[in-house]
Amino acid sequence: MTTSSISKGCFVFKPSVPTRKKKKTLDAEDYFVNGSDDCKDSKLRFRICLDLWEDMKSETESVQDDLNKKILDSLLEFAKKSASSFMSREEDWASRMRASEIPVAALVLGVNLTDHNMTFQSLSDRLQHSVTPFVVSVQAKECAAVKYLLQKVLQRLTGVSMDKDEEETSTDLPQKSAHCFLRSLCDWYKTACKNSSGISPGKKRSFSQMDFSANPPIIVILKDLEAFSAHVLHAFILICSQYTQQLPLLFIFGIATSLSTVQRMLPHSVTSMLSIKLFQASSCTKHLATVIDKLVLTPKFPFKPSGKVLQVLVGLFLYHDFSVHNFIKGLQFCLLEHFHSQPLSVLCCKKQEAVVRTQQLSHQEMEKIRQLPSFMRFVEEQEPQEQVELLTSDEHLKELCQKLLKGLHRYHKNFFPILRCLHVLTSTLPKYPLGKQIRELHVTCLERNVWETEEYESAVQLLRILARDELLTALQKCVEILLPGKTKELRDALKQLQDLKDRLEQLDAYAHPLALDRHVEGRADDCFSENGLQKKTDLFQLQKTLLQMKDSRRTKERSPFELLRNETIEYIHSLVKMHLTRPESQPLYEVCYCTSSGTLRHHLNATPRTSLQMALTHPYCYLQNEALRNETGAISSAAPDICIVYKLHLECGRLINLYDWLEAYSTVVIAAEGEDPDPSEKENVDEIRHACFIRAVSELEFLGFVKSTKQKTDHVARLTWGGC
Amino acid sequence: MSVPLHHPGYDEDRVQLLMEKLPCRETQIGTLLALMGEPEQYCYPSIFIYGHRATGKSHVTQGLLRELELPHAVVSCVECVSAGILFEQVLLAFFGSSSTDSLPRNPFLSDFVRIYRQLCGQFPATQTRYIVLDKAELLRDMDANLLPGFLRLQELVEDNLTVILLSEIVWDKFRPNTGCYEPLLLHFPNYSKVELQQILAWDTHPSYSPELYSSYINILLGVFFSVCRDLRELRHLAALNFQKFCEPLEAGEAKEKDSHKLWRNIEPHLKKAMQTVYLRDVCSVQWEEAQSEEREVADLKGFSVHDHVELPYYSKYLLIAAYLASYNPARTDRRFFLKHHGKIKKTNFLKKHEKTSNHLLGPKPFPLDRLLAIFYSVVDSRVAPTASVFAQISSLVTLQLLTLMSHDDQLDAPKYKCAISSLVTLQLLTLMSHDDQLDAPKYKCAVSLDFIRAISRTVGFDILRYLYDFL
Ligand SMILES: Nc1ncnc2c1ncn2[C@@H]1O[C@H](COP(=O)(O)OP(=O)(O)OP(=O)(O)O)[C@@H](O)[C@H]1O
Ligand SMILES: [Mg+2]
Repeated sequence: MTTSSISKGCFVFKPSVPTRKKKKTLDAEDYFVNGSDDCKDSKLRFRICLDLWEDMKSETESVQDDLNKKILDSLLEFAKKSASSFMSREEDWASRMRASEIPVAALVLGVNLTDHNMTFQSLSDRLQHSVTPFVVSVQAKECAAVKYLLQKVLQRLTGVSMDKDEEETSTDLPQKSAHCFLRSLCDWYKTACKNSSGISPGKKRSFSQMDFSANPPIIVILKDLEAFSAHVLHAFILICSQYTQQLPLLFIFGIATSLSTVQRMLPHSVTSMLSIKLFQASSCTKHLATVIDKLVLTPKFPFKPSGKVLQVLVGLFLYHDFSVHNFIKGLQFCLLEHFHSQPLSVLCCKKQEAVVRTQQLSHQEMEKIRQLPSFMRFVEEQEPQEQVELLTSDEHLKELCQKLLKGLHRYHKNFFPILRCLHVLTSTLPKYPLGKQIRELHVTCLERNVWETEEYESAVQLLRILARDELLTALQKCVEILLPGKTKELRDALKQLQDLKDRLEQLDAYAHPLALDRHVEGRADDCFSENGLQKKTDLFQLQKTLLQMKDSRRTKERSPFELLRNETIEYIHSLVKMHLTRPESQPLYEVCYCTSSGTLRHHLNATPRTSLQMALTHPYCYLQNEALRNETGAISSAAPDICIVYKLHLECGRLINLYDWLEAYSTVVIAAEGEDPDPSEKENVDEIRHACFIRAVSELEFLGFVKSTKQKTDHVARLTWGGC
Repeated sequence: MSVPLHHPGYDEDRVQLLMEKLPCRETQIGTLLALMGEPEQYCYPSIFIYGHRATGKSHVTQGLLRELELPHAVVSCVECVSAGILFEQVLLAFFGSSSTDSLPRNPFLSDFVRIYRQLCGQFPATQTRYIVLDKAELLRDMDANLLPGFLRLQELVEDNLTVILLSEIVWDKFRPNTGCYEPLLLHFPNYSKVELQQILAWDTHPSYSPELYSSYINILLGVFFSVCRDLRELRHLAALNFQKFCEPLEAGEAKEKDSHKLWRNIEPHLKKAMQTVYLRDVCSVQWEEAQSEEREVADLKGFSVHDHVELPYYSKYLLIAAYLASYNPARTDRRFFLKHHGKIKKTNFLKKHEKTSNHLLGPKPFPLDRLLAIFYSVVDSRVAPTASVFAQISSLVTLQLLTLMSHDDQLDAPKYKCAISSLVTLQLLTLMSHDDQLDAPKYKCAVSLDFIRAISRTVGFDILRYLYDFL
């Protein structure tokens, strides 16, 4: 480097900026691209994936908002009301009498703790927007003692919600008497309120612009009430209740289990200082149903999880955590996994884009298409001439691909409305042969052709004895579902169903409706009461009776209603057969469907213990070192020390003699090193071996396989059993 | 009531006014004033006032000091998470805002005394200064020298100063075992029914006559006095139900004098309130809303209705397993959970004295191993030991459905360990595996039998068949 100075001196050269830029940290895209062969392509896939995810995310957010809207609105109402009651305590007798109570909104949210953050975030945003600028949320883990709780509340109130000019005046206040929290809070509150009312509207301030009342309430949100220690809570409420005259306080308790926790945690004398109102949020299963409805059961997003994948995700939800948040994260993981591992996922996008992209596919990618199982199946069904063309000419294939992709999109557009119709029809049947939730039916349809299943069979039989009004309402719902459909098939179906419905209604008009109704319903009732739906009967018996009925009916002459009903059912059946074919039968379905349920389970439902044992018994799995490869299960001396020690300890009882263990270890290692000729070196080696052994044992202890014990000298206790 | 004594040094009218403002506490006020003597005179160094909740301790003491305009500092000990806050508030009240500057970060009593003496040199007391320590029982949990120090603070700071301690707890429970200066004791007895009536009738509603409100209070006390004598609570209940009481008046169906009619209207309502609001089965806001919306209070749903908790499938089983582990003796596990448990004689198995007692004794702690072993044998499908299963245990702990026993809870560890080690040194006990066992985490199930039965019903598990007590 040169300087243009003629004098001698010391020059400082800062490293120039570009050199530093070279070692930039890897971002998500680099990780995504990493390890795949075609860089340009995977970048494109990454972009598509991100775009798609953005869409899906905004969809989930709107679901989230809608879901809690009602309850949050009523909560806001409650906050406003209690604020106005604080204002009116001079005039209003009831408000004055209850002035010493702190209003509390108990928000019962269910046990899915991970989902609560979102709710609280939107809650405090809304509160800040329309009720008061003074909202603080605290979590139990920040508040091991009352002191910290008070500190947190004070800090967040005085520090965050104010602008800079405000801070200058307010910082010296708490500084001086930083100890006495609520007194300084009172002082701060007074100045804050005064400032806000005297401020000119021209000034840029978030809090005066909106017209809050003159005394906006101070809202403290305790996010996880259960996790707070009862002692802290008790003291906090006692302290706050002494300031109810000066401060319009309001608490929001986030409760996961049920309101009786409040009673359990707090003594009677403390709960009498609170006036609690309960707000019960909708259940998380309902939330999940809406999310699935909006993200999965729609042709809007080209990405589709396969049946297995959905089962894994829903299983995690139902069996493990009830967390919608985790479900969405799981879905996002599938999305990433799909775009990462499936090169043809470039085509997993909107129809027009997909068609355009098909044109730009390279020869390699065409080859990949040719290798898709679904495509091979498709080719086999073609004429030999066509087959040759498809396998040799890229141009021809491209044309076909466009057609197939369009077909796939059309398939989806028809699939979901028909699925919903089928669900509407079958979800009211006794014992829910096809599942109570639409997601169950959906999984069935993804896994196999639904009309080939026994459950479908029995559902159709039950449909055949449906009473008129039930059938009518179901048909009405189907019509509503199909109404927005745009494809030709759906419009046809709509017309047909509408027609059937009209005819059903007209039957009522001129046939003697009462007799008919009685006739039909009587029969249906007969069947149900005979079997005793209340009683426990197995499906088999039900079917038998149904069959009998069918036979007996065949002999009788059928009423016009029965004929019409059969026609309807037949039509529905034909719709199902036409549109609810399983996705695997669609050529190119691999483009849209993520099928890697194994990977998903592996990542989302980790089994730390099994992996640990795997690593220790079969180090090859993780180290990929050829020397370690052996199938016999014998201890390879080349394995890491900890593996050897682990293997040896499996052969011991509950207490392990350290010396014996060391001996065994040495034997294994010496066997590996072969003969050890130099006796002078022997000592030295022994020491090293000893050290290695100690280290391996302490590693095992760290992993929780053994622990030291005082029961017997020079022994350690084993903590696991079996598992060779 | 005795004729109010003459209290020299205090304005006669003011004392009279005070007595009127604080009904039913004339004797106590008289005694206090007598103890205090004239404002300039020294008073007894410390006074200890005790009485049940809401007997007017804080209200009377503060009212007295405020009305007579005596220099005083009121500090609630709940708020004093450290002694520093206590000192600071006292100094602030007596010497203004600049006085706390010289207080070090974590002051000791000696610092406080030093600074107090400095300041009181500058601003000597013309009248007795009073420090009121409310909820004084909490002083016992703070520094050991704090309570004895405050009891004789007059002597330490050499100022005309008196400390008044207020507590719900009798003095005997305060006395440190090293002994200390004994304060004067003053008891605030519970209010009688008549007194309660008199005090409560004070809050008359502006739009109705005082007589009406008084008769309302009379009815209210008739219902609630047998279960509740807490002035605060009663006042709360009075405020909550007054609107309902006035309903016939508003509607013009009754006159203020139709006391029987009014009583007939309100009495069942109050009875219902006793079963719900008072027991916290319904929250007061709901109660109020139900009233104003003219809904029948009878169909208000209590919390006990909402008291079921939705849990993930495995969490349910984990909780069931935890319950079983908590209430079954460990030795019976083999019998319950082993498919082929061989011959365990029934007579052997059922020990008479253990019978039915487990539920009375409450849940017993159990180690994680046992929980998992039972879990795997009751859950009907094969469950991989995944991370999420373990995560559920910790989330059950956060939800307070399971309690993680810390070592202190477990056996009061320091004491216990100490006891053990001394026994060991005395060779009365040979140290067995206790020490090893101590550091394994233990859990306890914190849910009731009804709760767990509801849970097990949802998964179709007949828990009673697995409970030793119900065999
Ligand atoms: N003699 C009285 N006259 C009027 N109101 C009273 C009287 N005694 C008590 N009260 C009212 O009862 C309420 C409770 O009284 P106070 O706070 O003094 O009770 P306390 O004895 O200090 O209870 P705690 O031990 O819980 O602190 C006060 O709000 C006060 O208004
Ligand atoms: Mg008090």
